[in-house]
Amino acid sequence: MSDKVKVTIDGITVEVDNGTTILNAARQIGGDIVPPAMCYYSKLEGSGGKCRTCIVKVTKGSEKDPRPMPKLVASCRTTVMDGMEVLNITSPEVLEARAGVVEILLINHPLDCPVCDQAGECDLQNLGYEHGLQKTRYEFERRTFDRIDIGDKIQLHMNRCILCYRCVFTADQITNKRVHGILNRGDHSEISTYIQQAVDNDFSGNVIDVCPVGALTDRTFRFKNRVWFTKPVDAHRNCDHEKCNGKVTLWYKGEDVLRVTARKDQYGEVEEFICNTCRFDKKATSDWIIEQPTHIDDTSVIASNHYETLKPLHVIQPNQALQAANEIELHKTVKY
Amino acid sequence: MSRKLLLEHINVPGINTLDVYRQKGGYRAVEKALKTLTPEEIVEEVKKSGLRGRGGAGFPTGMKWSFLAKPEGVARYLVCNADESEPGTFKDRYLMTHIPHALIEGMIVSSFALGAKVSYIYVRGEMMPQIRILEKAIAEAKAAGWLGKNILGTGYDLELYVQPGGGAYICGEETALLESLEGKRGNPRIKPPFPAIAGLYGCPTVVNNVESIAAVVPIINDGGEEYAKIGIGRSTGTKLISASGNLVKPGVYEIELGLPVEEFIYSDEYCGGIANGKRLKATVAGGSSVPILPANLTLKYANGEPRLMSYESLSEGGFATGTMMGSGGFIAFDEDQCIVRNTWNFARFYHHESCGQCSPCREGTGWMEKVLHKIEHGHGSMDDVDLLWDIQRKIEGNTICPLGDAAAWPVASAIRHFRDEFEWHIKEPIKSQQQNYGIANYAVPIEKTVEVKSEN
Repeated sequence: MSDKVKVTIDGITVEVDNGTTILNAARQIGGDIVPPAMCYYSKLEGSGGKCRTCIVKVTKGSEKDPRPMPKLVASCRTTVMDGMEVLNITSPEVLEARAGVVEILLINHPLDCPVCDQAGECDLQNLGYEHGLQKTRYEFERRTFDRIDIGDKIQLHMNRCILCYRCVFTADQITNKRVHGILNRGDHSEISTYIQQAVDNDFSGNVIDVCPVGALTDRTFRFKNRVWFTKPVDAHRNCDHEKCNGKVTLWYKGEDVLRVTARKDQYGEVEEFICNTCRFDKKATSDWIIEQPTHIDDTSVIASNHYETLKPLHVIQPNQALQAANEIELHKTVKY
Repeated sequence: MSRKLLLEHINVPGINTLDVYRQKGGYRAVEKALKTLTPEEIVEEVKKSGLRGRGGAGFPTGMKWSFLAKPEGVARYLVCNADESEPGTFKDRYLMTHIPHALIEGMIVSSFALGAKVSYIYVRGEMMPQIRILEKAIAEAKAAGWLGKNILGTGYDLELYVQPGGGAYICGEETALLESLEGKRGNPRIKPPFPAIAGLYGCPTVVNNVESIAAVVPIINDGGEEYAKIGIGRSTGTKLISASGNLVKPGVYEIELGLPVEEFIYSDEYCGGIANGKRLKATVAGGSSVPILPANLTLKYANGEPRLMSYESLSEGGFATGTMMGSGGFIAFDEDQCIVRNTWNFARFYHHESCGQCSPCREGTGWMEKVLHKIEHGHGSMDDVDLLWDIQRKIEGNTICPLGDAAAWPVASAIRHFRDEFEWHIKEPIKSQQQNYGIANYAVPIEKTVEVKSEN
């Protein structure tokens, strides 16, 4: 078999390496056709397949076996075959099923975004915004858990958890001792650290970054500020930890560094895991060498920090009346 | 009397001991297989017999065996799935309790056919008595030289272990079973790879139901072609049916596939009719996860022809008017039973047993249970029925393992066939708490139509 296979996603053909998953093939194309992924994390081996938000329809299995797959498949765990044809956003069936998954993910979610530190950079928030309903059809009591402090730096807010298992894989693969797992089953499942034993490891802070929702949050940043009021800046330092390269994003509010996170790519995945010293202990500007403002996508709520060039909305451009009404705003865009 | 293969000597006193089992012709299959047949020939016999998996899905066993990857230098495993926990199914427990050597004999032959040197019987944790029985039987067989090193001087070694599970329904799913057997949390794996390629400890593995493995014994004794003569069409051989519910004689029956459902329920040889002179309202034909059918569709197809106990016949008409053979857990409901309550009960079971790995099943099963609880207890609204339909549609087909489907199907079929009863619970909330809906028109015989409009 050749090394490259052809796959068509929503009518766009791309050539990818043999063994690539549909999701990664879609990421190579980029844009709107990339299925959302809540549990898949390219840096964590074995992740994915659980949240079911990335489901797609395979209308043609491969060149050799053109039968369609009977069910919608999880694109993060299904590898492409030569000549495969996949429908994502062009299939109403997929969109309906995905909306169903989003609704189901939200039924036991507390929806406490106004007090959640993750709000503004939350994958579930974005997903709900794009695919969810305006209101819930769930009218029963939501399942609740007590908050658990995992050590003095991390807080587990189990109510918000969507059980993506990313933190479990992180604890397994990034840190060298497993003190993290799932207890119970069904909708009582909870992430646990076995008798609340503190995660005592140099890299434990990364569970905060991999968490797609606000279940694992940074206690040093707790209630300090909304993320969209802070200014992200790329910075680095010479970290003496052998596995940490010290490349981070600093989140400023005025003069103060409120928190430090790993750098994230456009899919919200960290580029390199960072150690706890960088994350929790180095919170002075003098500790860091500033590189540049972090690139924030202009669809993100954090982009209201004006680092991006202001772009007038598309509807404004051709319309003279709207241009006149938005003169002040448009003037700002000229300035940049 | 129909032909019995598995339960032929079930009433012989002491059949659970090796001596009596041997007197009745036990372990003939091992002798025949190990001494006269090659592993390929055994697989070929099983293929010829047309034996289909007895655990629920009905996948041809011979085919499953031939898919087993055989890389050099890698161990292969046979795992027997005795994690029988489907509500309404108890045939494997019966077989293991009364005639454990049938399973062990089948395990030896099957392991030889697959080239497995170590085989496991994964028994559900609640079945501790059966685990003891199996362990005793294995010790007996080992002492007599049927297990261990160099069996019958043929140079074939086999170790057989019984592994008690933790008692989770999900561990009956083959990949969850393998995870559990490896000592991990019993979460289903994401397929592919299938166990035939990478199963237990990453080695090629076949997972078979207890009854499938026991059925290999008569296939080897009499030959696959002989076995294939029993039954009807692609449903060959005999099948154990666990009959329960409002029947005169509930219990485990061995039937030849192709027996009319009506005969199975009403004839004195089998269940002997509905208890207390009542009328049949509905049946669940294959264990709790298959669609429930009203009495009229149980006995006849939508076009009026009689329905038979076979894989094809039970699923005739798709999910619109049919059901599934499943694992053979036949539950009959008489006119006094409440379908809403039963559906709620099933939903409660699936809610409790969902492993919590993938979201639709984890959250959806709980949601369905709560909505059904609400309707059953007289607090429902008309929207709830539609909501329930919508939830089950969101779960079905979108999960990692079939548990999501199994949770969705009973709810879907109950709404499809018994919507009147759901609506009655909503319209008459007080009455529904005090009396039954009754049989309504669910048992009205279906007229034989002359011309059947073909679908699609």
